Amino acid sequence: MPLTADVTERLTADAHQIMERYPVARSALLPMLHLVQSEEGYISPDGIAFCARTLDLTPAEVAAVATFYTQFKRRPNGTYTVGVCTNTLCAVMGGDAIFETLEKNLGSGHDETTGDGTITLERVECNAGCDYAPVVMVNWEFFDNQTPGSAKAIVDKLRAGEAVVPTRGAAKVHTFKEASRVLAGFLDGHENEGVGAGPASLQGTLLARREGWTAPDPGAGTTPVDGTKQKGQS
Amino acid sequence: MTTTLTPILTAFWDEPHSWSRKTYERNGGYEALRKALAMPAADVLAAVKDSGLRGRGGAGFPTGLKWSFLPKPDGGPRYLVVNADESEPGTCKDIPLLMASPQTLIEGAIITSYAIGCHKAFIYLRGEVVHVYRRLLGAVAEAKAAGYLGENILGSGFDLDIVVHAGAGAYICGEETALLDSLEGRRGQPRLKPPFPAVAGLYARPTVVNNVESIASVPSIVGRGAGWFKSMGTDRSSGFGIFSLSGHVNRPGQYEAPLGITLRELLAMAGGIRRGHELKFWTPGGSSTPIFTGKHLDVPLDFESVGAAGSMLGTRALQIFDDTTCVVRAVLRWTEFYKHESCGKCTPCREGTYWLAQVLKRLEAGQGSEEDLAKLLDICDNILGRAFCALGDGATSPITSSIQHFRDEYLAHLAQGGCPFDPSRSTLFEEAFA
Repeated sequence: MPLTADVTERLTADAHQIMERYPVARSALLPMLHLVQSEEGYISPDGIAFCARTLDLTPAEVAAVATFYTQFKRRPNGTYTVGVCTNTLCAVMGGDAIFETLEKNLGSGHDETTGDGTITLERVECNAGCDYAPVVMVNWEFFDNQTPGSAKAIVDKLRAGEAVVPTRGAAKVHTFKEASRVLAGFLDGHENEGVGAGPASLQGTLLARREGWTAPDPGAGTTPVDGTKQKGQS
Repeated sequence: MTTTLTPILTAFWDEPHSWSRKTYERNGGYEALRKALAMPAADVLAAVKDSGLRGRGGAGFPTGLKWSFLPKPDGGPRYLVVNADESEPGTCKDIPLLMASPQTLIEGAIITSYAIGCHKAFIYLRGEVVHVYRRLLGAVAEAKAAGYLGENILGSGFDLDIVVHAGAGAYICGEETALLDSLEGRRGQPRLKPPFPAVAGLYARPTVVNNVESIASVPSIVGRGAGWFKSMGTDRSSGFGIFSLSGHVNRPGQYEAPLGITLRELLAMAGGIRRGHELKFWTPGGSSTPIFTGKHLDVPLDFESVGAAGSMLGTRALQIFDDTTCVVRAVLRWTEFYKHESCGKCTPCREGTYWLAQVLKRLEAGQGSEEDLAKLLDICDNILGRAFCALGDGATSPITSSIQHFRDEYLAHLAQGGCPFDPSRSTLFEEAFA
């Protein structure tokens, strides 16, 4: 569907806000690609043309950038991207089993979208939540410590039109287009939702408190403080 | 003496709204900034240099020294770019830090910018963590509202603006020059060095690129002193760091400790390997660092000791695998990752990772022959040191180290005509494979 004049006008205003953040306009390209994705659900030829026109680049230059990054989609994406981490650690801890379950359940494979347009299934690479393995990401929100059953429950809810709540993230998962708009740098007001840290992130903090372990006293200077290694000791 | 934890960055992560400016200030936040702004910029730089802080993003280059490489001011802009592209498999310290306490990074970025004479700083966050991006955007807005950012910060006459930029999914953008190209709106491909970013970085201007945890450590150094920082850790690996334990341990998570702590000590804190199993292999600092085994439990986790034992401290991403795990499967998966993430700019990495994955796939399926092991090592030899950036080098680490420690396991795949392991036994749940 071509971008209408109204939409183009709105996107142009947003694009200029993005460009103002940077000393050199071309730096706005990645956020602008997230922006056009928030409108159309993927990087369409129109979206490429829009970025090229706005930044005075050729469509080929924009396409070359868009195709380099895995988050930019070349076909219309589902309302929710369900990404199962199948990098080594998550895969071994159960990510492979989770992916196989979802693949069978949804009838679609990696980078494929269900017929109803709800879910795009993906294998994702390490998403920096290894202490919560196996990890599933829905529209780039964390679902920690998953099992095949819990992951299936997430996609069942999504397909039934129900909200799903990330383990560490906003109060609910927003749509792919909405998340893309955040990634363009437009805060949606949900930053104060959810936890500061999940249980695994707090293991050391809480253990130290229970044991009475603290960082050395700044007044101690070079004097070794109980609970820390002396210089040179190894 | 047993090493104990030293919560500094992680000290208040469990407080309500730990990410807010108020919580941060209640825990001493922004006191170091006031102290720094009252000091000559050169003294702030000297304090960080004296502390011996080394880059926490993996390479371990001395942070203060990196800053001192900037040429003398010429009246044009100089930039600080914070590398928040955390994507090295196993690494999971910066993302929880940014989720729980983004203000720590903001304060560190302001102090650093003051020290190096930067008035526009960038935080390049990987795009696949939308809630962390919200937290960072919110943190910048809060800091600005409180007068910590903008013009004439706290009446000091110093101006700074911070832009938080989201990437779009590319491991290579964690490499500092690829990150700069990406931030300039291009494909994220590494640049030929020299010139180094200190001379010609973002927009070809002098630029400092530092990891999140490095910059987040700066307020504590400025606030409490270089001597305090050096009272932790070892002579050449001073200070503290976040150690991330994941995998087959009872309590995976983040453990902030002086450098030089051992895996044996950390495992005791994390409740040990899961019941009924024993440690088989582990990475000291992410998938790009050669694997260790049970023989390395007492290696002090500092830059020198881990290096001397044949690996690298990297990002302190301790991925722990027990005896149910097939090392060939693990290495194949890492190799497929490097193949997928190779940017394609240089031949050894682009072609080499492709062939490594092919050969390993055959081996894991129990096909191929023992000569394939020599072939793998030969390909690795043609990548290591010959690629544009460290991605290619990293791709060889799991392969060469696993052949060194577990050659028999590769051969067992050939003898049996397939993988001798049952993958369902490695999972953390009872449910069988679909």
